[in-house]
Order: sequence, then structure tokens, then C-alpha cells
Amino acid sequence: MDDHLNVVELRGISKQFPGVLANDQVDFTLRSGEIHALLGENGAGKSTLVNILTGLYRPDEGTIRVDGEVVDLRSPRDAINYGIGMVHQHFMLVPTQTVTENILLGLDEPRFNMNLSHYDQIITELGEQYGLQVDPRARIWQLSVGEQQRVEILKMLYRGAKVLIMDEPTAVLAPQEIQELFTTLRSMIAEGKSIIFISHKLDEVMAIADRITVLRKGKLSAEGLLTKEITKQDLAREMVGRDVLFQLNKVEHTPGDTVLAVEGLKALNNKGIQALRGLSLHVAAGEIVGLAGVAGNGQAELAEAITGLRPITEGKVIVHGQVLIDGSISGQRRSSHVRQIIDAGVSHIPEDRTHVGTAPNLSITDNLIMKGYRKPPISKGWSIDSLSATTQAETLREAYDIMVPTVETPARLLSGGNLQRLILAREISCEPKLMIAMQPTRGLDVGAIESVQRLLLQQRENGAAILLISEELEELISLSDRVYVIYEGEIMGEVREADPETLGLMMTGTRQEDLVEARKVSQ
Amino acid sequence: MTTKPSLFAQYRGGARFRLRMEPRMKQPGWLGLIVSLGAVTFALVLGGIVLMLVGGDPFRAYAFMAKAAFGDIGVFSDTLVKATPLILVSLAAVVAFRMRLWNIGAEGQFYLGAFGASLVVLTPILPPETSPWLMIPAMMIMGMLAGALWGFIPGYLKAKYNVNEIISTLMMNYIAVAWNNYFIFDVWSEGGFQMSRQFPKTAWLPRLTDYSAQVPMFRGLTIHLGFVIALIAAGVVWWIMYRSRWGYEIRLIGDNPRAARYAGINIVRNTILVMMLSGALAGLGGMLEISGVVHRLQGAISSGYGFTGIIIAWLAKLNPILVVPISILFGGLLLAGREIQPSGIPMLIQGIILVCLIGSDFLLRNRIRLVQIGQEA
Repeated sequence: MDDHLNVVELRGISKQFPGVLANDQVDFTLRSGEIHALLGENGAGKSTLVNILTGLYRPDEGTIRVDGEVVDLRSPRDAINYGIGMVHQHFMLVPTQTVTENILLGLDEPRFNMNLSHYDQIITELGEQYGLQVDPRARIWQLSVGEQQRVEILKMLYRGAKVLIMDEPTAVLAPQEIQELFTTLRSMIAEGKSIIFISHKLDEVMAIADRITVLRKGKLSAEGLLTKEITKQDLAREMVGRDVLFQLNKVEHTPGDTVLAVEGLKALNNKGIQALRGLSLHVAAGEIVGLAGVAGNGQAELAEAITGLRPITEGKVIVHGQVLIDGSISGQRRSSHVRQIIDAGVSHIPEDRTHVGTAPNLSITDNLIMKGYRKPPISKGWSIDSLSATTQAETLREAYDIMVPTVETPARLLSGGNLQRLILAREISCEPKLMIAMQPTRGLDVGAIESVQRLLLQQRENGAAILLISEELEELISLSDRVYVIYEGEIMGEVREADPETLGLMMTGTRQEDLVEARKVSQ
Repeated sequence: MTTKPSLFAQYRGGARFRLRMEPRMKQPGWLGLIVSLGAVTFALVLGGIVLMLVGGDPFRAYAFMAKAAFGDIGVFSDTLVKATPLILVSLAAVVAFRMRLWNIGAEGQFYLGAFGASLVVLTPILPPETSPWLMIPAMMIMGMLAGALWGFIPGYLKAKYNVNEIISTLMMNYIAVAWNNYFIFDVWSEGGFQMSRQFPKTAWLPRLTDYSAQVPMFRGLTIHLGFVIALIAAGVVWWIMYRSRWGYEIRLIGDNPRAARYAGINIVRNTILVMMLSGALAGLGGMLEISGVVHRLQGAISSGYGFTGIIIAWLAKLNPILVVPISILFGGLLLAGREIQPSGIPMLIQGIILVCLIGSDFLLRNRIRLVQIGQEA
């Protein structure tokens, strides 16, 4: 054994699922006090490997050693007893319970009498120690995705995990939050913890990891590469198996008439707090307008307000010169709004693919006709023409490369990338005049991101107006013609030639005017 | 306890084989039938063991039960008569459960349907000498309207004020029974008996036995037109669910209400409408029962049909067509049970069959394989 102590050592791990060999003779070692990135595309077997390490799955073959000793992990509880804790990509929290209750869930202490306020205090302190502020009394459903992740991390820290597995932790975070997370991770390393960092984002892996292991199609592609000795291009090649271009072809052209105009929009969030404070913006035909911001600054509420899903308290949403939602008229029925907006040619790629964008137990066909079932040819009087629905579904499956055995397959069996392609297929096939795209590439792998971005650019060339809401600054900068920055429900300004620094400052609450002032002064 | 490594070591040394469970990616169409038949067979074997333990002869008991329910055309006709109300209340449950509206008020809606139909005859809205061609449809419409009203109330409360429909529909069952009782004890009581007077013949659904003068074979066959109406209802519900736009909306709301809202579907309106359809189906069941079987309004027209309907709906996996054979099976069990013993063993066998059928669902969704440790592929 070398001079580094191996905290975790996986040897020859194989795991077969029906139809897929998810892990094929994979080796992986985690040294004490390091951040070891596990890199790979979606479906490369990263999640399977760490699920084996956390006892959720049992390997068909191979051995697991923790601190040099062979162990048999049968449940996450076994794993945490060996000090292995995981922060899942999909959070495992109870929405109706408070932060503290979620953290204490499944523990032996406290017993019958909960004395929650005492634990609220402990959790607040733990949060402050690692820079993970979150209100311990808040209920999970009231929290933003970023805050929920903090709860997941706190949960593991509270259980005294010494090996922390982070499954795609940055997929849900804003740039600043990512920096905070990295700071947290480094401080944990300093205290002798070890971290397995799962990601498919090359830049982040390069920034945070000490060593990198790459998986491709369930097999080991590269093991334990030192971050210092490798380039992003090399990593991409290991990951995808071919050279990847980091460039998009964006055709120059001038935008047309204004399609979407939002005027003085005000709306409340789920907690009943003002989320949008008189927000105005506009999007013209043939342009992609980005909306940058740290998660939880009103982006989700804006997307919902424009698409009619969230009632507004003031302001107007105007599409093609027609006032579709008017905040001054109260008591309007929400469902009719949504329908009007769909009929006005607005499509919506929702942030939450599984809970909003699709119906898990309905077939691919049923999911694809969700927006078009009221119109011919699918609608025939009171009935649905199942033949033409199936035909359309087959066409879309071909065109958008949705990989399923049949269009009768229920949507829940689809992988993240396939599910997003299904949503895109549905939302683009209705030839939208306006598209509200919320985090369209979140959680997708390099290849899938490329194809989604290309589809958006193609829509732009076809003359659609696109509002792109994203927390990926690079994506916003490379795709958008203009970028608005949102902070606490207000627009901080509009940038044409965006650079990450300016956007970053505006995302933390500096108005563009002030920024311009400050620059003048410094010159 | 299981976390101690030493225990694992023993485990690893000991077992050479273990069962492995994997989810099925595809369910072939025939599998459901095979597994269900297997489950019923297994249940009958279990029931047989119980019969033997209490000193009975399982083969004779089963043969007797089968004969009592399906043995000849006469008893089979009785089985179908029992199945008729079961089909309708099950369809009522299917429609509501599809949208995850837990309407457990089919029992009350059934009673109200019987009441609504009786209004036509006993008020009387239509005189007794009215042609059955008008009388029967009028009774059906009134029965369905009354059932729909009994569905509308909890539906409206749910849609507008988010009142839990499980509680409201359950409570409304009691109101419905008490309401009917008021009429049969007092308003429509016949000479102090707790039942109304018999309906005129024009308000009776035609039975096969009514035609025994023309076709002697039909003598004693009590099966009535209601069974055909129930079959039609099953077909209509199937069409609504799987071929209509409305059914698509219902299925979408049931599977993911947030996605349904995102697709612009009016959930409030659909909640009310689905509860009304559900109530109307159960109400139609009540109407068919009094017009086809008892020919008067009386107490205890339902032996808990509304609740049996919930079980049938689940066993049929909310498939309106499957509801028909399962209702017939249950109709047979009801009849056969009564033939051998008022309760006890037949009820027990019913229970075992139910548990086995529900448990067999696991085999439908998962596959179990025996694998040798270390040789797993």
C-alpha cells in the first residue's frame, strides 16, 4: 500500500440491471483527505457505483473495503455506520416536514420527546460552521432547490459522515452557491473528511477535484488521474470517447417584433412572500433572451406567472400585443389562463421534468399529446384519435431521438436526457411563437446539452422568441442575444455583451446603473 | 444488529443461493391472466387446507360452491343478477379512483339512485299505467341524477374548499341510508311495514322468466335487462377513459395533477364532473336493483355493494372491462357463500382470494430468479 491511506477501496465491481451492465469491473479508490471526482456521462454508471458504496444496491461481483477492511453494505444505514454518507441528486426529503425533522429522521436520538427547539439550535450552529445557512424551522416544500441541498448536506454532517458522496451537487446551484459549496467542501477536507464528487461538468471537476476517475458506458475509462496533469479536452475525450467541440454556431440576425412583454409584474411565492417586485422585460421574435440569477430570486415564479400557472397580484403579461394576464382584474380562473396562453402559441419547458413536465405512469404517446390533444388532428370531436396520436408520437420519437422500445412505454422508465427530449419534442413540435425554457440543460450530459442547445438555436432561427432561464452562466452567455439579471424579484439590468464578472455582480444585487457609475469613478 | 461485520462473514460463508428480485421492464398481456389464475388457485389450495383443518372435505365444499354459483343456467343467472349492481358500483369507483378521488360513497349514491328512481313511481311523477318505454328511462335518469347529486356535493366541497372527499363521501353514506329509511318507515311505508308498496309492472325491468310463456327454457331465470345495461355502462366508461378527451384529462390529472395544470386542464371542474359521473353510475346501480330485483323501495337493498365495489375496482386495476368478470366472480361468491353457510368459511375463502390476488400484483411487476452467489451475471 502506498503512503496515502485508502478510506474506500472498490475492486472489480460489477452490477447488472435488466438489459444493462451498469458497472463492469470498476475499480475506485478514495484516499483520506482528498476530493476525488467521478466523471462520466449520464448512464455511465456513476450513480450505480456510489449506490453500491452506500448500500442501496448490492454488487453482483467485487469487493468493498472501508479503511482496509472488507465490508458488506446492505443498506444506507450500514454505510453511514461506516461513515459513508451520500447527498443524492434527487433529494430524499419529506416535503411537509421541517428542516430539523428531516435531519433527525431515522435517528435513534431524540427519542419519544422530540424537543425540537433544542435541535433547531444545534442545526443552526452546524449550518453556520460550514456556511450552510438554512432556517431549521422552514418546511422543505417552502425551500428553493439550493436550500434543500444544504439540508441534505447538513443531514450527512449531522450523522458524522467522514466520507461524503456528492451526486451532481452543482447541477442545481448558481455560480455563487457553487463557490460557497466548494468552500464548504474544502473546509471539510481540512477537517479530515474525504469527498467523492460526482459530476459531468468538466470545469467544476477541474476546479475542485484532486484526482479524477472517468467512467464510460459502465467501464473504467481512466482511473485516479491527477487534476494537475490533465486538460479539459483530455477529460472530455475520456468521457465521451471522441473529441468534443465547445463551440456553438450562432447565426447573426436581427430580431423581429416584440412577442412577449411583461410589465410591472408582481407575484407571491409559495410562502406568500413577494417574489416578483414589479418586473418588466420583453422578448422579440428570433432572439434568445437570457435571464440570469441565483436560484430562488424569482425565476421560477416568473416562468410560472408568464405561463399562467401562478396568479399575479399586479402587472400585465402581453403576448403579441394582446393582454393575456392582467393583474388588475382579480378572481380570474387560473386554468383558463394556462389554456389561453398555450393557445396563444407559448410553450414552456418547466424546471421540474418529472413533477410538472410529464405524467410518469402515462405512455410516451399520452405525454407527447399533452399540449395538442385539444386540437385536430388528435382531437376528433369528443374523442381522441388514437391512431393519429400514435403516428405523431412515432414521428417525434424518430425526430428527437427519444430512446424507448415503444411509444406505449410509461414515461417513468425514461432517463433524464430522454425525458427532456420528450418535453422538447412536445414543446417544439407545436411550432411555438414564444418559448419559456427553464433550465433546459440541467442535469444532462455533454452530448445531450449540445443537442438541446442546438434545438434552441434552431428555434431562434425559425423566428421564435425564447426566454431562457438558466443558472449556467456560460450557457446564457453563449446562447443569448441579451441577458437580463434578476435579483430578489427585480431586474438589475440588461446586458448585451455579457461577461461572467459583470453578471456575477448584478446577480448579487448590484444595479447596472450603479455598476456603470462605479466604473466611471474608478477611471 | 445487522450492521456488525461478523454477522456478514457468517452470511457470506453460509448461503450458496439466494433469490433475486428484479423489476419487469415489460408486462406481456397474457401474464396478468396467468398470474391472476395462479393466485386464485393458490388461494383455493390455502382455503382447502383450512377446510381440512376444520374437518371438512375441501373438494366437496368447492364443488358445492361452484355448483351453487355456476352449476347450471338457473344459478348462473342468479350470479349475474348479483353481479349487476356490483359492476355499476365498481365502475363508479373506477372512474373516481382514476383521478385519485377517493369516492367511498358509492354505497350512499346507490341508495340515492334507488330513491330517485322510486320518486318517479311513488310520488308518482308518472302514473302507473305509463308505458315501460317511458317509465324505465325516466327511472334511470332520475336514479342517475340523484346519484350524481350525491356525488356533486362532496365533489364541489373538494374542488372549492378542499374538503377531504374520503370523509365527506363516507359520512354521506349514512345520510343516504337514513334518508331512505325516513321514506320507507314513514312517507311511503306500506301498512306500517318498512318498505314501500310494490312498483307497478310497468316499472319492472324485463326478466328472462317473463318470457317463459314463449320460450319455456327461460322459466325461473331472474336475470333482467339491468345486466345488459351494466355491460353497456362498462363499455361506455371504457370509451370515456381511453378514447375521449375527457378521459385523457381524467387520467392525466390522476397521474400528475401538476402536469395537468401545466397542460391547461381545469382541475376544479373535472373534480366535480368526475364525482358526478361516479355518483351517477352508482345511482344507476341502485335503480337497476330496485327495478330489476326487489321491485319496491326497502331497506337493506345493498349488502355493502358500495364497499365491495372498491375492492373489485382495485382488483380490476381500474380497468372498466375487467370489472365485469371480477364482478361476476364476486357475485358468484356472494351466492355460493350464502348457500353453504351464512358466513364463516365462505367469507374466509373470499378473504384469502382477495389477499392472494392483491399479493400477485407483485409478481406481475417483478421477476424472481434463483441465483448462485458468486455466479451472478
